[in-house]
Amino acid sequence: MKANGLLSASQTALMAVVARVMGIIDVPLRYLQRKTGQSGMAAFFLAPNMAIFAVFVLVPFVINFVYSLTGGSAIFLSDRSFVGAQQYSEIFACGNYLDPNSCKQDVFWIAAGNTAAFVVLQVSLMIVAALITALILNREIIGRSFWRAVFFFPVLLSPVVTGLIWRWIFQRQGVLNAVMQGLGLEPHDWLTERNSAFFASIGVSIWAHVGFYTLILLAGLQAIPKDLYEAAQMDGTSRQRVFWRITLPLLMPNLIVVLVLALIKAVQIFDEAFVLTHGGPGTSTMYLVQYIYETGFASELRNPGLAAAASILMGAVLVVLTLAQMAASRKNEKKGAR
Amino acid sequence: MMKSISILAAAGIALLSSTAAFAGDVRIMWYSDGVEGQVFKDLIARFQKDNPDIKVTVDEVAYSTIKEQLPVQLAAGNGPDIARVTNLKSLSQYWLDLTPYLKDVDFWKKNYGDQMDWMRPDGSNIIPGFMTQITLTGGFVNKTLFDQAGVALPGEKATWDEWVAASEKVAKSQQVPYAFAIDRSGHRITGPAISYGANYIGKDGMPAPLDDAAKKYLTQLIKWNADGVSDKDVWVSASGTTYKPAADDFINAQVVMYYAGSWQIPNFMTKIGTNFDWVAIGSPCGPAACTGMPGGAGLVAMKDTKNPKDVAKVMEFLASTPIAKEFAERTLFLPSNKEVVAGGLDFKTDNKLAKEALNTFVKATTTTAPEALKLPGWKWSDTYYGALVSRVGQAMAGEMTAEEAFKRIDSDIAEKVKAAK
Repeated sequence: MKANGLLSASQTALMAVVARVMGIIDVPLRYLQRKTGQSGMAAFFLAPNMAIFAVFVLVPFVINFVYSLTGGSAIFLSDRSFVGAQQYSEIFACGNYLDPNSCKQDVFWIAAGNTAAFVVLQVSLMIVAALITALILNREIIGRSFWRAVFFFPVLLSPVVTGLIWRWIFQRQGVLNAVMQGLGLEPHDWLTERNSAFFASIGVSIWAHVGFYTLILLAGLQAIPKDLYEAAQMDGTSRQRVFWRITLPLLMPNLIVVLVLALIKAVQIFDEAFVLTHGGPGTSTMYLVQYIYETGFASELRNPGLAAAASILMGAVLVVLTLAQMAASRKNEKKGAR
Repeated sequence: MMKSISILAAAGIALLSSTAAFAGDVRIMWYSDGVEGQVFKDLIARFQKDNPDIKVTVDEVAYSTIKEQLPVQLAAGNGPDIARVTNLKSLSQYWLDLTPYLKDVDFWKKNYGDQMDWMRPDGSNIIPGFMTQITLTGGFVNKTLFDQAGVALPGEKATWDEWVAASEKVAKSQQVPYAFAIDRSGHRITGPAISYGANYIGKDGMPAPLDDAAKKYLTQLIKWNADGVSDKDVWVSASGTTYKPAADDFINAQVVMYYAGSWQIPNFMTKIGTNFDWVAIGSPCGPAACTGMPGGAGLVAMKDTKNPKDVAKVMEFLASTPIAKEFAERTLFLPSNKEVVAGGLDFKTDNKLAKEALNTFVKATTTTAPEALKLPGWKWSDTYYGALVSRVGQAMAGEMTAEEAFKRIDSDIAEKVKAAK
């Protein structure tokens, strides 16, 4: 029982136990700090996290790199032959990089081209959609909480479920064609026509993820001081000018986060697009991760070394994007500090 | 301190042993085309009753899991103890030789010997398992649609062109989206290709470049797709070597003619029911033959099993004549056990359409071309099939011309052969 802010007997006992435990821990920690200094303590506290990072990220990365230097279809490294950079030279063996058909590994370059087009279109459309949604949801509209939940709901769905739902909508005898026929329109082969399938994969991906980015932007919008808007209103500033001169600049840190996260996520596109189109028609929605999966695991012409080389190249792209994010964030911080 | 170490050691052992098989455990990976999963489980339940010391677990999975994930599991040494597999030859290095564990090796050689080479590494004499059923690829047509359109079924020796033309007439008349569909599978398009005169095997036993006959058939197939005669959804709406059957489109009367195989009979019997009449037509003729592709699924034991004796016991039970007979009769599959074939079968169905279809396929086995009979036991079949599917699929999607696809097929196969050396 707590009375007048005083601790109860059981809480006092608990605190005594905690203090005793802390006292025991304190002895070696003090010794460690004496020996290693403050920077050593920082390393000590970071060690568990770094160990997890090493086990689940660094070691697999190194193993993957070693795989990319080997050949054959065996899974175990001991059964694989060292081929040096052969897998990389296979990938880069091209007459003209803009014409995948002139490349030895044509499907890799088709997948790379598809991924690049997907990233540019999906990310730009996603940011616009997320920004518009966030601006609307930030206003005093009726049922605002309900609408926020509606936009966030697809984020909670499994990508496989998302892909399947939209496949049933887009397939030849799907819901969309039924509606079109009901309206007297001609049905369309959404998933067997190259452009339709590509844009369908973009649309589904935006639908599935826009809620998450909207949430980030919404948090940014709510952090903008209200008095800035009040001052602008008093000055008679137009709404457009308020958006371009106040909202957008102050939302920039959040927009950069959204941009980089969306870019990284888009480069990694696989699950919902794979379930939706299986990479078809032909290879028009085959993206890099699917290429890596097919080459390494699913194909009858399996080649884990080539898949590993492709994933290292994709990893390099992701590293560049992450560095760009860090640079942009720093630039933004400096700007803010000034 | 010692106590803590003991606890940690016990936890470690528990963690390690959670993935290891216990004595008496037999795990079977099984896929189903129709009702055979239920029949198989019934038979396993019977085995369990008589052998309570062996715990058999049946993992029912999709066919794509067998095709895509099982090879990786086997390569990593994490496969099941037994699996039902169709790519028997290309994975044969992972199969267990049951010979030392079998009570009656001669029974296996006598009854299952004809297909044993389909599942052995070249030059080997091992007994890795048995065929749960023999299949033959062939066509089916929606007879009700033909009747409604007033179009006569082309006769026994009718060609591919004649069947497709007749189906096209029916499709137009009955407003069915597509005249014809063929599974997205290299195995499936190989029967028709051989009927056109194709031969995949070179004189040295290695893969030969695509010949003119194969090119002629594949060009025709691509054209049927471009003209909207064949079902685009099957071949075009997927990429790479993805397997895609067109059975659902046939069941839903979205195609008039469907080229698949004898394994679809129980599926059609169950799912089509009385919705429409369907007939098996065997394999239409090409200039060289009227052949389907033989094949089937085999139940094979895995080399990495921890319990080979128990695995052999399960396999002996399933391969025994009465059980193989019951399995065939209840699933409507064509058996491979010679004693079962010799003793005759009483298929457990009163469905006239299914019985007629079974007879058609039995009859069609007499026209199977020698080139087709060689392929199930040929090491490079899956490599050939994979290259065919991925590149023909691209050509159908308009990403490359037929000629470019043929060049890519040859180079894909050559690359794989080179990598295997």
